[in-house]
Amino acid sequence: MIRGETIENLIEIKGARHAYQTASGPLPVLDGLEVAVPAGTFAAVVGPSGCGKSTLTKLVAGLMKPDEGEVWLHGEPVTGPRKTVGMAFQNPVLLEWRTILENVILPLEIVAPKMSGKDRIARAMELLEMVGLSGFENKRPSELSGGMRQRASLCRSIVHKPEVLILDEPFGALDAFTREDLWQTMRDLRAAEPFTAVLITHDLRESVFLGDQVIVLSGRPARTQYVMDVDLPADRTLDVLFTKQAADMLHILRDQIKIAQGRDVEGQA
Amino acid sequence: MLRKIATPVLAVLIFLGLWEMLVWANGWPNYKMASPSDLPPAFWKYKELFLVMGWQTLWRTVVGLFLAVVVGTLIGMIIGFSKLARDALYPLLVGFNAIPKATLVPVISLIFIGQHDFNTILMAFMISFFPIAVSVGIGLSTLEPEYRDILRALGASRFTIFRKIALPKTLPEFFGALKVSATLAFIGTNLVEIVSPHGRGLGALFKSGETNGDYPLMFAVLIALAFLGIVLYYAVIFLERVFAGWADREGR
Repeated sequence: MIRGETIENLIEIKGARHAYQTASGPLPVLDGLEVAVPAGTFAAVVGPSGCGKSTLTKLVAGLMKPDEGEVWLHGEPVTGPRKTVGMAFQNPVLLEWRTILENVILPLEIVAPKMSGKDRIARAMELLEMVGLSGFENKRPSELSGGMRQRASLCRSIVHKPEVLILDEPFGALDAFTREDLWQTMRDLRAAEPFTAVLITHDLRESVFLGDQVIVLSGRPARTQYVMDVDLPADRTLDVLFTKQAADMLHILRDQIKIAQGRDVEGQA
Repeated sequence: MLRKIATPVLAVLIFLGLWEMLVWANGWPNYKMASPSDLPPAFWKYKELFLVMGWQTLWRTVVGLFLAVVVGTLIGMIIGFSKLARDALYPLLVGFNAIPKATLVPVISLIFIGQHDFNTILMAFMISFFPIAVSVGIGLSTLEPEYRDILRALGASRFTIFRKIALPKTLPEFFGALKVSATLAFIGTNLVEIVSPHGRGLGALFKSGETNGDYPLMFAVLIALAFLGIVLYYAVIFLERVFAGWADREGR
């Protein structure tokens, strides 16, 4: 993308409001959600627990509609599921009866039924190699470690070259070191693949390392409370997290989370 | 492999030995309790009857079980996918299953007079579909939403999601229930053959042994039934290995 060109927002959520119907009456989860993600960028969404972050992923995926407000993908309002979306969750949800390779191919069976078996395998193997799973393609998911399963899940989420990648805390259940490994894998995938991503996370360091912008949601019902542009180089390494610049960003985000949780922040209003 | 066969065979031999000793030590006559050594002569004497009757019992049980698989899976799908159907059907299913099936033998014998094959198959079906329906229903209704969402987000149809995810994921539960149902189906077949005898099946042979005071024959029928039950059970195990072998994590 040429600098100075008007950047198109690939994902846009405007004034979304939503309430779930529960036995004890409506439970508002979203109240004025504003999200704009330019094409090819990575938006990290953070916020207190239970603030409606997963609802946001369902809106973008077209799995549900907001009561009010609009969701746009690529200049079109979202009316339902579309083949140009990829999803990965905290639970890798691999199919136990398929090998790793067959698991990665699954979306192609739905999205590209006419693609030849050979092409599917080539595409899947390309991704498996990128995430370091070469040689494991014929294993069953139960034979792999948690980190490896999550790598396979990431491959599956982008195998059909989606425009939009939705990541709902995909690294949340991993240990700290494995998680950092996967951040770097994600960074490399981003450089190689064309998707625009929304990452839901509870980890501020993760949001700064992977995001081009970090969106802080308020406590439930969620509105967009704060948006931070992450002004770090695209080919960042983990070392960047130890710079003053990153520390300042993390500090601001931390304060914003406290506000979102409804607590006072020392030295600020 | 050798050990896999030798272990159960040895267990059976030990069981027969203890049985023989029990009868011998108590000095029971064979009209009180037949001993294993009484059985081979009984089998030999009626060997043709055992083959004919055993086949009658086996095929009717297998057909009944097959119906139970088809209908049980259908009911399971309905209660698995629809909460409304679940709420509506569960009391009916549980109530029906709680009825002792022996009481139904005269009922169906009256409804379908003379249709012995049909009655027997119907009973085998009625007694064995319940575990299949319940386990398929539970398997489908407890499918984690993420499993559905990975395909639903791509616009896959409900049928595609069922075929690619829900159905294979439910197979281990299905086969678990099928093992229970396979042995139950024999009970159904024999209920009709014994309570409403019509000269066919191992149940009828048992009844004639009782009538004639041929006690070794009665015990031999029981052993033959146990044998058929084991055969059908291992047939199910074989199918399970073929279709749901991935769920077996032995040795991992």
